[in-house]
Amino acid sequence: MNTLMKSKPLNQNPIQPKQEHKKTVIEVNRLNLWYGEDQALKDIHMNIPENKATAIIGPSGCGKSTFIKTLNRMVELIPTVKITGNIFYREKNILDPKYRVEELRTRVGMVFQKPNPFPKSIYENVAYGPKIHGIKKKKILDEIVEKSLRDAAIWNEVKDRLHENAYGLSGGQQQRLCIARCLAIEPDVILMDEPTSALDPISTLKVEELVKKLKENYSIIIVTHNMQQAARISDQTAFFLNGELVEMDHTSKVFSNPRDKRTEDYITGRFG
Amino acid sequence: MKKHLSVSELIQQNKQKSRAFASIREKTIPFILFICAVISVFTTLGIIFTLLFETFTFFNRVPFIEFITSKEWLPFFESDPSYGILPLLSGTLVVAVIAMVAAIPLGLTAAIYLSEYASERTKRTLKPILEVLAGIPTIVYGFFALTFVTPLLQKFIPDLSFFNALSPGIVVGIMIIPMVASLSEDAMNAVPNSIREGALGLGATRFEVAFKIVLPAALSGIIASFVLAISRAIGETMIVTIAGGATPTLGFDVTSSIQTMTAYIVQVSLGDAAYGSTIYYSIYAVGITLFVFTLIMNLLAQYISKKFREAY
Amino acid sequence: MHFINRETIQKQTKKRMAVNHLLKTLFFAATMFSLLVLAVLFYRIFTQGFEHLSFDFLTNFASRKPEEAGIKAALYGTIWLMAITGPISIVLGIGSAIYLEMYAKQSRFTRFIQTNISNLAGVPSIVFGLLGLTVFVRMLEMGRSVLAGGLTMSLLILPIIVVAAQEAIRAVPQELQEASYGMGATKWQTIWRVVLPAALPGMMTGSILALSRAVGETAPLIVIGALSYVAFVPDSIWSGFTVMPIQIYNWTGRPQEAFHDIAAAGIIVLLALLILMNSIAVFIRNKFSKRH
Ligand SMILES: Nc1ncnc2c1ncn2[C@@H]1O[C@H](COP(=O)(O)OP(=O)(O)O)[C@@H](O)[C@H]1O
Ligand SMILES: [Mg+2]
Repeated sequence: MNTLMKSKPLNQNPIQPKQEHKKTVIEVNRLNLWYGEDQALKDIHMNIPENKATAIIGPSGCGKSTFIKTLNRMVELIPTVKITGNIFYREKNILDPKYRVEELRTRVGMVFQKPNPFPKSIYENVAYGPKIHGIKKKKILDEIVEKSLRDAAIWNEVKDRLHENAYGLSGGQQQRLCIARCLAIEPDVILMDEPTSALDPISTLKVEELVKKLKENYSIIIVTHNMQQAARISDQTAFFLNGELVEMDHTSKVFSNPRDKRTEDYITGRFG
Repeated sequence: MKKHLSVSELIQQNKQKSRAFASIREKTIPFILFICAVISVFTTLGIIFTLLFETFTFFNRVPFIEFITSKEWLPFFESDPSYGILPLLSGTLVVAVIAMVAAIPLGLTAAIYLSEYASERTKRTLKPILEVLAGIPTIVYGFFALTFVTPLLQKFIPDLSFFNALSPGIVVGIMIIPMVASLSEDAMNAVPNSIREGALGLGATRFEVAFKIVLPAALSGIIASFVLAISRAIGETMIVTIAGGATPTLGFDVTSSIQTMTAYIVQVSLGDAAYGSTIYYSIYAVGITLFVFTLIMNLLAQYISKKFREAY
Repeated sequence: MHFINRETIQKQTKKRMAVNHLLKTLFFAATMFSLLVLAVLFYRIFTQGFEHLSFDFLTNFASRKPEEAGIKAALYGTIWLMAITGPISIVLGIGSAIYLEMYAKQSRFTRFIQTNISNLAGVPSIVFGLLGLTVFVRMLEMGRSVLAGGLTMSLLILPIIVVAAQEAIRAVPQELQEASYGMGATKWQTIWRVVLPAALPGMMTGSILALSRAVGETAPLIVIGALSYVAFVPDSIWSGFTVMPIQIYNWTGRPQEAFHDIAAAGIIVLLALLILMNSIAVFIRNKFSKRH
């Protein structure tokens, strides 16, 4: 592990895009992560800009999910996980044990790979977050639910059936409901782990449109193994391989003129 | 040159020899196995007919109306016996209620702890210990109720008589904790982790996940476990026989001696009720009442868990 | 437009985490309470009964004098009962399971048998006693014999064994059976040579656990008229008998404190037997579970 770090000194990691005028919302610093003995993330450095969509691409098993689950510390649910390094969210180190995860997760929301609505009504799904955070007034909740569903571009489809069980929705609708549920607590950053991989093409398109719209107000980090998708919706793209961050740059740059040979191999489909 | 025959020829030869036997075997064995499987059906029929026939004789001697309305159960009165099931029912009910009051909170919280908080390792140690609790014979619990729980309770409740409903009720409750805990935990485990992650990802605490997401989702399974537990408490025999007493009383006084339906059957079985006497038949009438109550509970539990099951 | 006030959230988060922590402790304590009861129960019984435990206790018959009372008749009765119940219930149980898993078609009658078995498992044990009293003791004129008791117990634990054996059969990989059929084996050959050997450890574990349930049962045997004061050992299946739980019940019911200590000693013997049976079951499960 030591040799690994030495073989890759800091100054050889100048793969961050220049962002003088852009603010950084999350800064990842020398992040290492192990599942038991297996290292899944190796010395990651990354600056994630505010109000942009950052795509994370890479072959299956390269640590994409692990990485974004670290950003809201969901990865800690797996008991064998060990983490070293720092992750600064708005200048505060979230890996500090004193940082309250419950609070972190209200600021850094997450949308999962498979739609996972609660077995409750559509309304209750969206109201759940505000409710646990102490908002009890029915009128305010109503407003939050409507606003979130509108922002998630699903309001028109569900406005007449708000009190029906969410399991009656199609997969694509469920996923947008999960996005609405996430928006309801007004997060700052939204993490999305392959949010369209379980969806049909039309639903995928809708979610992609939604992401493009949302990035005006939120910083979005989206994992995808679909490179076209990354190209369509993201401003920045980061390429992971075997737990390492190989390259991160403007999306157009990564796809047209990658710096690293391995990135080129991947995006031209030579492996992965 | 020892081998004259190839393997396939050998197989052919053997086949011809054993073909007749084999075909008989392949036909008779399923039939024998079918008989085995049908025995359980005959057991049920046997139970139902036995209870019905003997109860029928009982009702030839004691009017059905008296059985369900009379407020006194005094079968041993030589001159004027009285056969009203209500006192035995109330004794049974009191014990079952006390048992549930003890078992539901303890069993459910144990289930929540195991399914929502405990690490895999803690689970691996705690669950077998709960199984031990479930495997202890009821006679041992009865002994424990009489020689430990009753004297202990008497320290706090001086009025508590030596035989009472409270002590066996509590101990029956302890006995069914593992059942409530493990069935409720199964129901909660059926809630997929992705849903828990969804809630945790919104900043919910473990407690909020448990109470606002998992419990409501698993509710039907949890309630079914309660109903099954009640059924078990109603049918429990030795604990109430040993520590509950033999005084059928209509009412809800938990501090004095009572008698449950099961304890009555034991009492008659131990005494020498002559075969053919009304008392002899009365245990079947009580038995069928017990059977019907537990059967209803069991069917209800199945209905609840099937009907309201969440398909994730 | 913002509905969410970060400051209030921050304040509340602290409170919510405290609630969570408090309840976690509470739930843990509740779980531990059950274990505490278990510990107290074992402690009480061992301290009370240990003194009386001796070799004589195992070889003496019951007696009116506490210092001479022993558990021999009950111990033998229990062993006799197991010798009858074990083979009958295991053969019937495994037979039913093979039928249901391997032969039965998906018909209404099959489903009926299956529901029937699960409902039978929920019938109070004392009701089985009433069945045994009418059918075995009276109708088939077996009297209050150890045979009548063994048959009653067989029916009582049959559903448990069937369900366990069914699970064991279902756990046998389908590929194994297909491989056997693929070589031209008949159905019964496949069951006998492939399915049963693979399912046997699971079946044995389930059967032993079911038998240990029968060892601890009291009520049905009281109903069929097992004796509670016995000074002999059964010499045939037609003998009268008593079993350990009934003997313990008898001692517990005596007014003299000294007999309670003897009851405790009897419980220790009973628990020791159960622990032995359970250990064997767990041993079999662990030893063979790595196979597939
Ligand atoms: N819960 C886990 N326990 C152990 N190893 C894991 C676990 N989850 C993922 N891994 C390992 O970590 C690596 C990265 O996995 P993951 O982050 O899921 O990859 P991706 O999302 O890019 O497909 C893989 O090698 C995987 O086997
Ligand atoms: Mg992934």
